[in-house]
Amino acid sequence: MYLYDEIDQRIVDERVQQFRDQTRRFLAGKLSEDDFRALRLRNGLYIQRYAPMLRIAIPYGLLSTRQLRKLADISRKYDRAYGHFSTRQNLQLNWPRLEQVPEILAELASVQMHAIQTSGNCIRNITTDHFAGVAHDEIVDSFVWCEIIRQWSTFNPEFSYLPRKFKIAVNGSIADRAAVAVHDIGLHALKNPNGEIGFKVLVGGGLGRTPMIGHVMREFLPWQHLLTYLDAILRVYNRYGRRDNLNKARIKILVKERGPDKFREEIEAEWAHLKDGPATLIAEETERVEKRFTRPQYEKSEKLGSDPNRDKSGSDPDFSTDPDFSTPAFAAWRKRNVHPHKVPGYAAVTLSLKKTGVPTGDVTADQMDAIAGLADRYSFGELRVSHEQNLILADVRLRDLAALWREARALGLATPNIGLLTNIICCPGGDFCSLANAKSIPVAQAIQERFDDLDYLYEIGELDLNISGCMNACGHHHVGHIGILGVDKNGEEWYQIQIGGNQGEIRDGTRASLGKVIGPSFARADVTGVIERLIECYLERRDSEAERFVDVVQRIGVEPFKEHVYDNAHQGTSHRGRERAIA
Amino acid sequence: MTTLIKGRRIVAESAQSPEGEVLTLEPTDDLAAVAERLGRVARVEVNFPKFGDGRGFSIARLLRERYGYKGELRAVGQVGRDHLYYLESCGFDAFLLRDGEDAAAALASFNDFSEAYQASVAQPLPLFRRR
Repeated sequence: MYLYDEIDQRIVDERVQQFRDQTRRFLAGKLSEDDFRALRLRNGLYIQRYAPMLRIAIPYGLLSTRQLRKLADISRKYDRAYGHFSTRQNLQLNWPRLEQVPEILAELASVQMHAIQTSGNCIRNITTDHFAGVAHDEIVDSFVWCEIIRQWSTFNPEFSYLPRKFKIAVNGSIADRAAVAVHDIGLHALKNPNGEIGFKVLVGGGLGRTPMIGHVMREFLPWQHLLTYLDAILRVYNRYGRRDNLNKARIKILVKERGPDKFREEIEAEWAHLKDGPATLIAEETERVEKRFTRPQYEKSEKLGSDPNRDKSGSDPDFSTDPDFSTPAFAAWRKRNVHPHKVPGYAAVTLSLKKTGVPTGDVTADQMDAIAGLADRYSFGELRVSHEQNLILADVRLRDLAALWREARALGLATPNIGLLTNIICCPGGDFCSLANAKSIPVAQAIQERFDDLDYLYEIGELDLNISGCMNACGHHHVGHIGILGVDKNGEEWYQIQIGGNQGEIRDGTRASLGKVIGPSFARADVTGVIERLIECYLERRDSEAERFVDVVQRIGVEPFKEHVYDNAHQGTSHRGRERAIA
Repeated sequence: MTTLIKGRRIVAESAQSPEGEVLTLEPTDDLAAVAERLGRVARVEVNFPKFGDGRGFSIARLLRERYGYKGELRAVGQVGRDHLYYLESCGFDAFLLRDGEDAAAALASFNDFSEAYQASVAQPLPLFRRR
């Protein structure tokens, strides 16, 4: 955790006061509905379908157990004793009362938390790899850079009223687990041949209504220039981004209209004035931020008895004395939910929030407290929220894995499905969100129920399935290997299916890509059947088990899948009464 | 009723009439094209056509930092109390509040925050160089 100093705390406290006063003025009729909307949104407060929704910032997804317990308390005291972890690594409360939001913010500030810029046309929560700081393929610890950017973006006076929301992601490892190519700005840390740190800078990626892959603006930006370069990008966007049409206001549209090369020239021209100015980063600052992060005090590997040259995923025979180690259930969990760690003797563990029957990303207050207990006992009192809407215990001793597994299983958090079809990313959809065209949670649940057989899931192998209830794409459907989008046709809910998306270069050679729509959309009752057809086609066509669904789509294209789905649309017992919409 | 704030004080109407030329800038205006006039004008007004239109913040910084403008820089248009802190940070020193704002109460908003992380016109050194 980055620990606030007196100034960080003061800024958050002052925000609570400011928002308390804004809310008071609104409730007293001194601030119009429209103006208050612009102010409350940049503090994460939406007015939703049934009630306000408050989005609480979890900067770069990192959370202490003290904070998680506070979130549990808040959800009990001010809401319905649960919360929803979002794809932006934040936590959403779906039932707070407007007049109590200032109190909630005050409680958050007491544990160094806030809801600053979790919505609105400003720079949003900075996101990163959920294995930052522990990844076996780490280049830099991206948390340090995320915190530096968080501070730069917090109440940035020049960039607080942008044309549209602005999302920045930082990846610090070789594999891109932060989806940098689909953010307004994506920063991919690198080291040059001299070992100096810099960033590959991508601009103009994004999902939503007009999905795009970001363009490289700089192959290597030395770290000292990070903030001045960001200033240059944001200034060009703030001045020239479109404000006449909400749907064309993101930076990706500006980059597209200008053309990436022309846009790069504009940034460089602006940066020429800012480069080497006072906002140039200094080593004292990166060291200061680095030192304010708490760090796990790992046990020495000799003491743990581990051999660093061995498999780090938990198969070290020294730890297999636990009777559960040899059970298939534990083996399945270890294979899917336990991840390699840069420190010998340790592993990172995903607590799955994707249990069948539970809305994706939802956690009850009691679960939050229990998870805090697990993190305290097994992972140095910290945890992370992943953009895939799971929780990560990043620093678990290998010898504790079986004990942790038993406890996680008792809490319903050990579903061994990470990376598999049922690890669905899903927005709250039409059940909660006023923007949604269609429900998404029931679709996710129906798919999870249909693919409940673990053996079959494992046979299918790695597959990202993402669902959004509208084209705003909070469920990242464009970058799912299979993406499902809820659409409205004459007041009815229909679902468009796309395949071949990929969130980022996690494996060598498979770059970030956007899915392609397979054809006309389907009624909700037919969606699971379509997924089954897609899987059948994949299993028939794959070269080997190593070739994933997305690899096959990229190799043979969409057409064979499309044929298999639509040619079989009126066959089979599960497809009776199908109606197909005309797109 | 609109009210003018200058130097964090409410200023009487009479003080508003300038001696000399006023340059009014819209968000889309090209600053390079007006740069040579900056030395002659009595003040520059930057228009904020909407509450959420933030282009004027960048324009102010550019006028102060790139074009070296030292005279009165006035924010006009949809200027609300909740903008004041940011406007001042970006180099404005005069603020024509829109209709309906309680000017006396609005003065408190200059002190919404006692510290900022970023470099700005009001504080050219970012916090990390002063920490």
